[in-house]
Amino acid sequence: MDLSAINPILLLASLMVAATPIMLAAIGELVVERAGVLNLGVEGMMITGAACGMIFAYNTGNAWLGFAGAAAGGMALSFLFAILTQYFLSNQVATGLALTLFGLGLSALLGQNYAEARPPAFPKMDIPILSDIPVLGPIAFNHDPMVYVGLILVAGVWAFLKFSRAGLVLRAVGENHEAAHALGYHVIRIRILAILFGGACAGLGGAYISLVRVPQWTEGMTAGAGWIALAIVVFAGWKPVRLLLGAYLFGGVTVLQLNLQAAGLAIPVEYLSMSPYIATILVLVILSAGRAPGSLGKTFHASR
Amino acid sequence: MTDTLLELSGLTKAYPGVVANSDVSFSIKKGEVHALLGENGAGKSTLVKTIYGLVKPDTGTMTLEGASFQPSEPRAARASGIAMVFQHFSLFDALNVAENIALGMENPPKMGDLARRIREVSETYGLPLDPDRVVGDLSAGERQRVEIIRCLLQDPKLLIMDEPTSVLTPQEVEILFETLRKLRAEGTSILYISHKLEEIRALCEHATILRLGKVVGTCDPRETSARDMAEMMVGATLHVPEKADKAQEGDVVLAISGLSAPAPHQFGTALKDISVEVRAGEVLGIGGVAGNGQDELVAALSGEMKTKPGMISFKGNSVGHLPPNARRKAGIAAAPEERNGHAAAPDMSLVENAVLTGAVRMELTDDRGFVRWAKAKDFAEQVIETFDVRTPGSHVAARALSGGNLQKFVIGREIMQRPEVLIINQPTWGVDAAAAASIRQAILDEAAEGAAVIVISQDLDELMEISDRFAALNEGRLSAPRPAKGLTIKEIGLMLGGAHDMEVAHVDA
Repeated sequence: MDLSAINPILLLASLMVAATPIMLAAIGELVVERAGVLNLGVEGMMITGAACGMIFAYNTGNAWLGFAGAAAGGMALSFLFAILTQYFLSNQVATGLALTLFGLGLSALLGQNYAEARPPAFPKMDIPILSDIPVLGPIAFNHDPMVYVGLILVAGVWAFLKFSRAGLVLRAVGENHEAAHALGYHVIRIRILAILFGGACAGLGGAYISLVRVPQWTEGMTAGAGWIALAIVVFAGWKPVRLLLGAYLFGGVTVLQLNLQAAGLAIPVEYLSMSPYIATILVLVILSAGRAPGSLGKTFHASR
Repeated sequence: MTDTLLELSGLTKAYPGVVANSDVSFSIKKGEVHALLGENGAGKSTLVKTIYGLVKPDTGTMTLEGASFQPSEPRAARASGIAMVFQHFSLFDALNVAENIALGMENPPKMGDLARRIREVSETYGLPLDPDRVVGDLSAGERQRVEIIRCLLQDPKLLIMDEPTSVLTPQEVEILFETLRKLRAEGTSILYISHKLEEIRALCEHATILRLGKVVGTCDPRETSARDMAEMMVGATLHVPEKADKAQEGDVVLAISGLSAPAPHQFGTALKDISVEVRAGEVLGIGGVAGNGQDELVAALSGEMKTKPGMISFKGNSVGHLPPNARRKAGIAAAPEERNGHAAAPDMSLVENAVLTGAVRMELTDDRGFVRWAKAKDFAEQVIETFDVRTPGSHVAARALSGGNLQKFVIGREIMQRPEVLIINQPTWGVDAAAAASIRQAILDEAAEGAAVIVISQDLDELMEISDRFAALNEGRLSAPRPAKGLTIKEIGLMLGGAHDMEVAHVDA
């Protein structure tokens, strides 16, 4: 075993990359859940985003259009969920699970001809001056743009929920939909918008895996990242800042265990592979004191 | 001050199977406190929701200050100067006071300015309130203040109040009335909905009475007796419950000594050192504003919440560790407050609901654990017959019954099991006058047959009517019980902990 082969700077830099897909999917789901909707279809929307991202990026030769297509794909799938749960009042848990299964199948169908495809390159941003800072530069300021898009989204959601009127209304709808309705807010409309945002974010997260992280298309390549994103939302107590911590922790342990595997640590590989999941859940459980939105997962109908 | 603010003419609203409002017409003058009276289901809620823009009438028109008024949604109504304090508070537990208030305003100022204005208005009207506190931690009285201040910040022309006093202590009611009188003096009209006729007599100049969706009369409450108004609401003569003459006081059946328990959940109340004894044949009334430990006390007595040994004893045996069914077997029955979801399972039939608590004492299951459905059906039908529960049959789902009828069923179900101790929380909450009278009579009859009864209620008139002794529950502590006979409302108010730091409004009228 040779631990000196692990370069801490590289490790921390790849942590930010490893955390991004989960962070993107989780921040979208956080908004959905704060609006009082439980969408368990994150995994399905992510994998659909991964497939759509590859299709668009490969055919247009532009990674940015790939991400846009992935967001649209995730959003389309979430729209299905929105219609079923908000207009036809179907059960959110069952519909979300169905959405995951549907997304897995749909993406396999869509991605059939893209197994050999290579996506166009998505260059790293060399942020001038900042990336020249020793140690910190290569860790934090020498990544592809989606890493920063993810961070900006988290900060944006945090500010939106905390400071904006629309964010307050969204929280109110999630907290007590009866009261929000009585005050004249459009519960269904707000929830549909939140669901669509969640779908777009999950799509982006999926595309990040297929376009940047791996980068190629394989069936089922999200490998449970959507479920981890869901778990992080809950364990982060529905708070954006903790969500960021959770995603980085998960990304960090993932990268670390890969490095340890490569360094030949004398622990069975299976234990190392499960370590990110266990570590994330443990830490967030210890931190947790969050309270779920009052109307989370409940079906709203104006007549009741 | 005599011109009309709001005029309703010919409002009709029908829902499938029921006409909620039928040709309702009346008008509210500027600076008037107008009472809207009626039993449950008389159509009061639908009517105020129409004014507030939550319900669209099928036919009929409204005029506000001479102009046609057809609010399509609550925002439009608020923009026209209509504000409403809801019966079931439209508040968000996890948000703070300022956020809750901002949600009810059209164009809220910045949070900092809003907090300052909340402080200003709350002090002017004698309703102190901290804008930064989380609403989930507030008492019921404080929550109502949040609603009222939310309305006042918008300078409403018409303030609608739906059953505002049901959660307040007498002193708090007095302060609320003082605030409302100040508002009236400033020219605000108030539409006041209440069951409590004495309050209406003290506050309102004009009353419109609804029955089955129609206006059946108007009166000046200051010159009409409460009994006359009640009979107009019910459309029949009212039966007043009678206490049977008491024989000698019985033995102590239930003894609670030093009962303490932590709050079962975040917004719950801890019970602190409660000691009281209840004798066979007596009714102990426990008053107090909701959220002061009522639910927790019922849970501790019924067995939903376990307590340490020795705190609760039944005929000398400690029962604090027993689960509900074991207590039922011993002879302790309880009817919790929330009918739909706690006392009864809403989607199950009355027969199934009868089995849920009656299985043990009425032997509705056999030794192998199977339900004796024929026997269960007989039991449910006995309850329905004895307590005059209006339902098409025992197969009907609990949620299909009106509040009063379901309440008669859940209380009847416990009484029919002939318990030796009966605990009832809010026996007549949201129940109309006729049903309330028959429920109270049933409680008195049960005590006369030798049961020890504990009635927990927020309705002080009710407690005075049926209790032998009265105690007040305040922040999880129980006052020493006093004989109910001769207690004045003022003394009761002090027992309830007074006015929870409210002060009388000091606006110059």
